[in-house]
Amino acid sequence: MQSGTLRIRILKFFNRHKNTRAFSILFPCIFWIGVFFLLPLVFMGIYSFLERGLYGGVNWIFTWKNYTRFVDPLYLKILLRTFRISFITTVILLMIGYPMAYRIARADKRWRNILLFLVILPFWTSDLIRTYAWMLILRDTGLLNGLLQYLHIIREPLSLLYTEGAILLGLAYVYLPFMVLPLYASIERLDPSVLEAAEDLGATPFWRFLKVTMPLTKSGIMAGSLLVFIPSVGVFVVSDLLGGAKVMMIGNLVQLQFGPARNWPFGSAASFILMAIVLFAVFAYLRFAGGKEALEEAR
Amino acid sequence: MKTRDYFKPLTVFTALCYLFLYLPICVLVAFSFNTSRFSVVWQEFTVQWYVKLIQDPLVLDALKNSIIVAIVAMILSTIIGTLTAYGLFRYRFRGKAIFDGILFLPIVTPEIVVGISLVIFFVLIHINLGLKTIIIAHVAFDIPFVMLIVRARLQGMDRSLEEAAMDLGADEWTTFFKVTVPQLLPGIIAAALLAFTLSFDDFVITFFVAGVGSTTLPLKIYSMVRLGVSPKINALSALIVLVSITMITIADRLQRKSL
Repeated sequence: MQSGTLRIRILKFFNRHKNTRAFSILFPCIFWIGVFFLLPLVFMGIYSFLERGLYGGVNWIFTWKNYTRFVDPLYLKILLRTFRISFITTVILLMIGYPMAYRIARADKRWRNILLFLVILPFWTSDLIRTYAWMLILRDTGLLNGLLQYLHIIREPLSLLYTEGAILLGLAYVYLPFMVLPLYASIERLDPSVLEAAEDLGATPFWRFLKVTMPLTKSGIMAGSLLVFIPSVGVFVVSDLLGGAKVMMIGNLVQLQFGPARNWPFGSAASFILMAIVLFAVFAYLRFAGGKEALEEAR
Repeated sequence: MKTRDYFKPLTVFTALCYLFLYLPICVLVAFSFNTSRFSVVWQEFTVQWYVKLIQDPLVLDALKNSIIVAIVAMILSTIIGTLTAYGLFRYRFRGKAIFDGILFLPIVTPEIVVGISLVIFFVLIHINLGLKTIIIAHVAFDIPFVMLIVRARLQGMDRSLEEAAMDLGADEWTTFFKVTVPQLLPGIIAAALLAFTLSFDDFVITFFVAGVGSTTLPLKIYSMVRLGVSPKINALSALIVLVSITMITIADRLQRKSL
């Protein structure tokens, strides 16, 4: 009975304060995300303006140095490479993902669910392991080199691992589901009668695709591109395992500063630049793809 | 039909895409059963790498850590995420759009940024890195995912049942636990399983917030990979993929279940 009366009291209190009730239900989330996600980002921002101390610590002295260091060709090169790799990955995946999503959307209903599930499965599976699988295939004594040597196509193993090409392949592999899922969602919604109308009016398949299908699935194209570009810019695992120290991306630079280099302020600045690029991409997306619905689509 | 002429090449192309998605994983699993340590030549079927795995105390220790972290993170994030989904669905308040946007942030923020910002935070407030900090980090990135999955379920829910319960005199508390939650249950369980998987598989964030003696399986794999490819890694990876596939399959079934 004790807990019963307490319960009634709590309910009465909440009935009087509707906003308090909404707040108290949302409080655990506000607390957790606020304290363990947003606040650390603020600290990271502060760190990026501090001087590096001895033995990996910081000195609480304000400086721009961590940002101005990016004018150095060495770091500029890493930034540009990150952009280039992420952009190419997005384009490649658009070209692979679109036909794939289109075919899934046009499959029989029974097959469609299975095909879709087979795309979702890798989406939730460890990136680390999926990237490692490519090491087995690409390394000097790996499957691909072994096969090519067995077939007498090459004599000496090709150096496939630790190249920019290996990173591109790995990113395309890991992020293919991120492209296919939003594309599928928008293609599936496409009204077939519109396509038939275009055909009846004499449009060739090529023009029909360019003038009707593509504009109508723009939201999926934008969402897929965003969902591939963002994690590609921030990638660490794929470029670490398949690119190594020779082909660094921003993510690897950040890790280096927090690992062996022990320069947390500089690492924070690099990380802050990364975050700025991501936010810029999200805002550009919201602007061009049209606000709230676009946000829902991306989810 | 004439318009279906292009379908055949499209089907072949799509089949190749699926091959691309699954071949590397199949290679990994196949090699975990191969006797040969170094060459790519298939020698003989063996389970010796799996046996070696379960005899390795360090691997078992990492497994124990991984399970503790994933279960605690799953429970906390499922509770918080479900409450959040319900609150956002049920109430209108000022700043809701901003709140929505902020919940979207952990999903788009690169993992490495989350990892290093948390390590700075923990060091500044003098919390020792260990299982505790890993769990805190995992709950933070699990919450938005749980929220999205439960919210999708809420949007498909029949509100009239809730209203009927209230009309029949049930207070909001009883209605929530006796009517709303049972209706949402498949979605909540699906979200919990996916939260478990995300946490169990996470490498990047864990890499930064783990301390000495709190190695999880992905961290163990990474440190083994640094020393080079080995059949033992293949076996461990194959097992982790199996856990993920099981969880995701069940979650998918639950999410498809109609209301």
